[in-house]
Amino acid sequence: MTTSTRGAAKAPAVLVLEDGRIFRGRAYGAVGETFGEAVFSTGMTGYQETLTDPSYHRQVVVMTAPHVGNTGVNDEDPESGRIWVAGYVVRDPARLPSNWRSRRSLDDELVKQGVVGISGIDTRALTRHLRERGAMRVGIFSGEAWQGVRDEALLARVKEAPQMEGADLSAEVATKETYVVPAIGEKKFTVAAVDLGIKGMTPHRMAERGIEVHVLPATATAEDVYAVNPDGVFFSNGPGDPATADGPVAVMRAVLERRTPLFGICFGNQILGRALGFGTYKLKYGHRGINQPVQDRTTGKVEVTAHNHGFAVDAPLDRISETPFGRAEVSHVCLNDQVVEGLQLLDQPAFSVQYHPEAAAGPHDAAYLFDRFVTLMEAERA
Amino acid sequence: MPKRTDIQSVLVIGSGPIVIGQAAEFDYSGTQACRILKAEGLRVILVNSNPATIMTDPEIADATYVEPITPEFVEKIIAKERPDALLPTLGGQTALNTAISMHEQGVLEKYGVELIGANVEAINKGEDRDLFKGVVEAVKAKIGYGESARSVICHSMDDVLKGVDTLGGYPVVVRPSFTMGGAGSGFAHDEEELRRIAGQGLTLSPTTEVLLEESILGWKEYELELMRDKNDNVVVVCSIENFDPMGVHTGDSITVAPSMTLTDREYQRLRDIGIAIIREVGVDTGGCNIQFAINPDDGRVIVIEMNPRVSRSSALASKATGFPIAKIAAKLAIGYTLDEVPNDITEKTPASFEPSLDYVVVKAPRFAFEKFPSADSTLTTTMKSVGEAMAIGRNFTEALQKALRSLEKKGSQFDFTGPVGDKDVLLDEARRPTDGRINTVMYAIRAGATQEEVFESTKIDPWFVDQLFLSKEIADELAAAEKLHPELLAEAKRHGFSDAQIAGIRGLREDVVREVRHALGVRPVYKTVDTCAAEFAAKTPYFYSSYDEESEVAPRTKPAVIILGSGPNRIGQGIEFDYSCVHASFALSDAGYETVMVNCNPETVSTDYDTSDRLYFEPLTLEDVLEIVHAETLAGPVAGVVVQLGGQTPLGLAQALKDNGVPVVGTSPEAIHAAEDRGAFGRVLAEAGLPAPKHGTATTFEGAKAIADEIGYPVLVRPSYVLGGRGMEIVYDEERLASYIAESTEISPTRPVLVDRFLDDAIEIDVDALYDGTELYLGGVMEHIEEAGIHSGDSACALPPITLGGFDIKRLRASTEAIAKGVGVRGLINIQFAMAGDILYVLEANPRASRTVPFTSKATAVPLAKAAARISLGATVAELRAEGMLPKEGDGGTLPLDAPISVKEAVMPWSRFRDVHGRGVDTVLGPEMRSTGEVMGIDSVFGTAYAKSQAGAYGPLPTKGRAFISVANRDKRTMIFPARELVAHGFELMATSGTAEVLRRNGINATVVRKLSEGEGPNGEKTIVQLIHDGEVDLIVNTPYGTGGRLDGYEIRTAAVARSVPCLTTVQALAAAVQGIDALNRGDVGVRSLQEHAEHLIAARD
Repeated sequence: MTTSTRGAAKAPAVLVLEDGRIFRGRAYGAVGETFGEAVFSTGMTGYQETLTDPSYHRQVVVMTAPHVGNTGVNDEDPESGRIWVAGYVVRDPARLPSNWRSRRSLDDELVKQGVVGISGIDTRALTRHLRERGAMRVGIFSGEAWQGVRDEALLARVKEAPQMEGADLSAEVATKETYVVPAIGEKKFTVAAVDLGIKGMTPHRMAERGIEVHVLPATATAEDVYAVNPDGVFFSNGPGDPATADGPVAVMRAVLERRTPLFGICFGNQILGRALGFGTYKLKYGHRGINQPVQDRTTGKVEVTAHNHGFAVDAPLDRISETPFGRAEVSHVCLNDQVVEGLQLLDQPAFSVQYHPEAAAGPHDAAYLFDRFVTLMEAERA
Repeated sequence: MPKRTDIQSVLVIGSGPIVIGQAAEFDYSGTQACRILKAEGLRVILVNSNPATIMTDPEIADATYVEPITPEFVEKIIAKERPDALLPTLGGQTALNTAISMHEQGVLEKYGVELIGANVEAINKGEDRDLFKGVVEAVKAKIGYGESARSVICHSMDDVLKGVDTLGGYPVVVRPSFTMGGAGSGFAHDEEELRRIAGQGLTLSPTTEVLLEESILGWKEYELELMRDKNDNVVVVCSIENFDPMGVHTGDSITVAPSMTLTDREYQRLRDIGIAIIREVGVDTGGCNIQFAINPDDGRVIVIEMNPRVSRSSALASKATGFPIAKIAAKLAIGYTLDEVPNDITEKTPASFEPSLDYVVVKAPRFAFEKFPSADSTLTTTMKSVGEAMAIGRNFTEALQKALRSLEKKGSQFDFTGPVGDKDVLLDEARRPTDGRINTVMYAIRAGATQEEVFESTKIDPWFVDQLFLSKEIADELAAAEKLHPELLAEAKRHGFSDAQIAGIRGLREDVVREVRHALGVRPVYKTVDTCAAEFAAKTPYFYSSYDEESEVAPRTKPAVIILGSGPNRIGQGIEFDYSCVHASFALSDAGYETVMVNCNPETVSTDYDTSDRLYFEPLTLEDVLEIVHAETLAGPVAGVVVQLGGQTPLGLAQALKDNGVPVVGTSPEAIHAAEDRGAFGRVLAEAGLPAPKHGTATTFEGAKAIADEIGYPVLVRPSYVLGGRGMEIVYDEERLASYIAESTEISPTRPVLVDRFLDDAIEIDVDALYDGTELYLGGVMEHIEEAGIHSGDSACALPPITLGGFDIKRLRASTEAIAKGVGVRGLINIQFAMAGDILYVLEANPRASRTVPFTSKATAVPLAKAAARISLGATVAELRAEGMLPKEGDGGTLPLDAPISVKEAVMPWSRFRDVHGRGVDTVLGPEMRSTGEVMGIDSVFGTAYAKSQAGAYGPLPTKGRAFISVANRDKRTMIFPARELVAHGFELMATSGTAEVLRRNGINATVVRKLSEGEGPNGEKTIVQLIHDGEVDLIVNTPYGTGGRLDGYEIRTAAVARSVPCLTTVQALAAAVQGIDALNRGDVGVRSLQEHAEHLIAARD
């Protein structure tokens, strides 16, 4: 049984943005200090998946949904082996989790994993601020990190923290060793998946379709990829600035040259963009949520999709582009802001999307993309 | 692909009168849809019998038929208008059932009318329990999830009894097919209950079909609102979680959006099932709502039902998210796709997304059990609430406490100071879901119950239970604190505590707490409902308050008028008041003001973000209104606050607002007092030389007895300051007077009881009028069909008055003017008169928009509420005449002789209520209002208009067959002529012995039938009650017998309700019905739109 004083008695905490705006609340999770890029996520469900998504590495996530932690923490829903967010900002943390699968409270989990957070602040005001001013560096301070320290000093610390632009982070979050996710049921294909920060659901979605997935480290070379004798190659999501991902871009070019069926998600989409010669750029405040309308321009249909990206590919929407690997087009677009959400090559089997068809958290509308990958591999085999 | 080009005109069917389970939400949905269709350039033809709706305002559609929603009348409209398409998904079950029946009769095919929004197959798949089970099975085969509760379909009592064994025993759920709002369904715990519930269900179901189901009582309950377009794009607009677990109709549950206790995996599973269902059912273009139950122990998901149309839940979801479901459904129906429709609130993003909420919405139901003391107050799967309030907060506790105080009902808020009671008794009480169970739970918590005990007794999810504990702990902290320090005060406000609650806990006055709070700078901010959790900038100022950091109210330059709405619908204060508020908003916007609406009723047009320039979705308490006025005063100039259009709720705030320095426009609080206070009003009448029935006020039985002795029985008694005749009764003797005073909780030294002489046999007259300080505009004079003593809201009435002459109108006008002047009205006034003998008595005056304003406005084609709003802000009647808002000359008292006759008929909720023994409740009308809604019949002659009103309210009057007559002695004389007419029209009369004797002596033949008390005859002769149940009676006339001898009548009337046989309970209604039957038999009943009526009227006026 929890008591009322649990949240209220927690230590004061302060959130300091690099432009000087300050929010005062109470510590949530671990007490201490943390720095990162402040981003907001508008998903109303799926905090466990969000927290454990490696793409959130070095980011302080602001939840726009006010109540967080209601369903506690279970052992099935995490997308990786640990919490990756650098800090966590919520308005009203649950005092008591309630769900038949819950094993422990989110608060305890955050403490256990040493994630510093803050609660009780006007998260909507913070979100609006980030929307208007753009994602920026932030620090959260509580306990000794806060006590007796002047706001100016805290702000100076925030300004010392590294920027997201130019950050090469994939290797920090990806697996160090190759591992295999076996196919569920009969094995039909082998896929080499380059882990740039892969979520657990992605290989699972492939495994469900009879794919044996060899998850390779971010530093994998083309030789490593072809060593598993793949029917297709996959490039995952991941944190950081795609402009720094020269290694994966080189590997992808090698795959494209061999015309092996290729599928990329999120960071993988940006890498395909770069491999084709498009630029990438940082969005003002990114897409993070599970309600984003994306149109599949090949069918005209709209899917509601899960997003987590701060960067995007700069490719023309209105025409087919000539690339070193033949013609390419923007296959998917976000209807909210016309951001490129997918690319496909017209002359060889390769495509990618900026959003998350594996969902987790999020709607399953785009799961068909995994089928599309299977179709490409089938066609190649035929 | 944009809109279809093959549809030029569309017929929209409304939902008819407000009844339990089908209320103002369909006015909101229908109004949105009609406006959209019209804006798209289609000719919109509307049929709706409910005059109190914005939807039936002549400017909303191109041709507005205030005619009965029956296949017969709708066919006449189709034959006349020849629409290309029919949109049946916006008028609730009424519209859907009417459309299906027209399809089955081949009418649609005959006239080449295409059903849009939903096809017949989809409607049947969604609504037919057996077919829907097949849908769920098909979905499970496809996606692997979702199942139906185990169930059996039954068509007879034998099937039902066998079915229980198949399901493995009691308890079982009974659900009749094709009924509205779950009518007739319930839980059966044993055979006796099963026979009763299933028997009734078989009768109620138009297909004589009920479903028996395994019990999933106590499971978690969820709803999803979905939309689909012709390209198969599907979005889930909103998830709703019920605070009350399975077993309580969702309309009677406290509900929360978004869902609070689902992980993403569980939520996505519901979403997958929902999408698969909408596809499988085949809702091509439009919305649907799907209900789920989840086993809290293992997550097993059961699909309960779906509605292939907009619903109460979709209205709630629209208000909760800012995503206008009905509006978009209308666009999809004419060919647009979701990605082609812009999101109004962001303007930049499309409607093909799913709203994200950064706040919590709580809806709480408003019940009216106090009106039906004999009804069983247990909440079941049959909806019983008459309205609802919605509140928005940044967390659950804040939203919940705001919702509870929005209900505006004694005891609806958590009481943290009163005596607690015994924990075990309270926990036991909380097992039974009732109105206010949440308060019982809070008492149990205060009495020391643990979270586990509360869950065990109620099955309310532990997360919600913990939130109740949180509220209670804050109350404890408030009580224990040495002083109200700012952090504690802010914390309490963040969890929704009102100043009044804090005052109660601290033993202070509410205004003192407010002063302290303001001094400490603890004030709410206003956040925006923006559909997207602040991801994009919102263009629509749709606000809610929260104790948070940053306010989003933008500055403005135009002067604002703040209009206070009427809060949750309840009996006596319903959609009519919303109508007036919406009109005020439109009129004042046209006049150059920035309009600001304040209301907390999610069903209404007033809380559509499109209606006013700004919307505050807030409770209508003094505290909440003062804070809004403060916020708007900071934003720009405030011209005033309008309190006289939203009924008693805002009127009751008038004086306190003025005392707090708020500019109340229109009739002043002092004038309101002069009309509402007996003594003050008496002086107004005396000065004007107008008679009122003898009366007095008392605070004790002795006082009341002395008054009654002086003026003579029967007397009309009631508490002061009530609306809808709450607690009003005709008392025939001293004994009842004593018990009335003893029972009444509303009477106290500050709230005396009013004792009036009761005018037997008087004609009651209602007048709506405008007064600007110098000139009176008589809006309309309504003559009641029932005699005085029946609440005006429950009485049928005719406009223009059918038996009053020019001299009477002159007297009414003079009296109305004298009162309006004496009271000091600036705007609308409603006065009730009684004509007894030749004396015109003044019964009461209400210095505000009345329930009849929309009816009067439609009957006379003059927008009275708009005019009232303008007068409130300084316009004169003369100016409004010059502008053309009011007629150049004449008024509602000088209607041309060939003006159409409009009849208003009240609609009663009898069939919804049962007593604890499962019997119906009595249907006799009285001085306490109990109707939930009204219809209007309009035609060139009274008889036809009356017949239409009956057809709209209860189903068509019979034109032949068997009529049963049993009347009280005092009615026997007046019954003779109408009875003779019935015979002339070919009716066969049946009567109880006493009535039959009188009829025979007057040369009218009537078969004597046995009373219920006489039992079945020796040769198996049936009693009248059996005859009614067997469908052998087509018309019932049964007037109550004063105080005694009611029981036989009670059985007759409840049987009539159960079998839907027209039942007239006054002889005046019989006389009117005879005229109606006469009109029907002449066969010349036509249809005519309001626009045509108005054109005719305006031509006649000029």
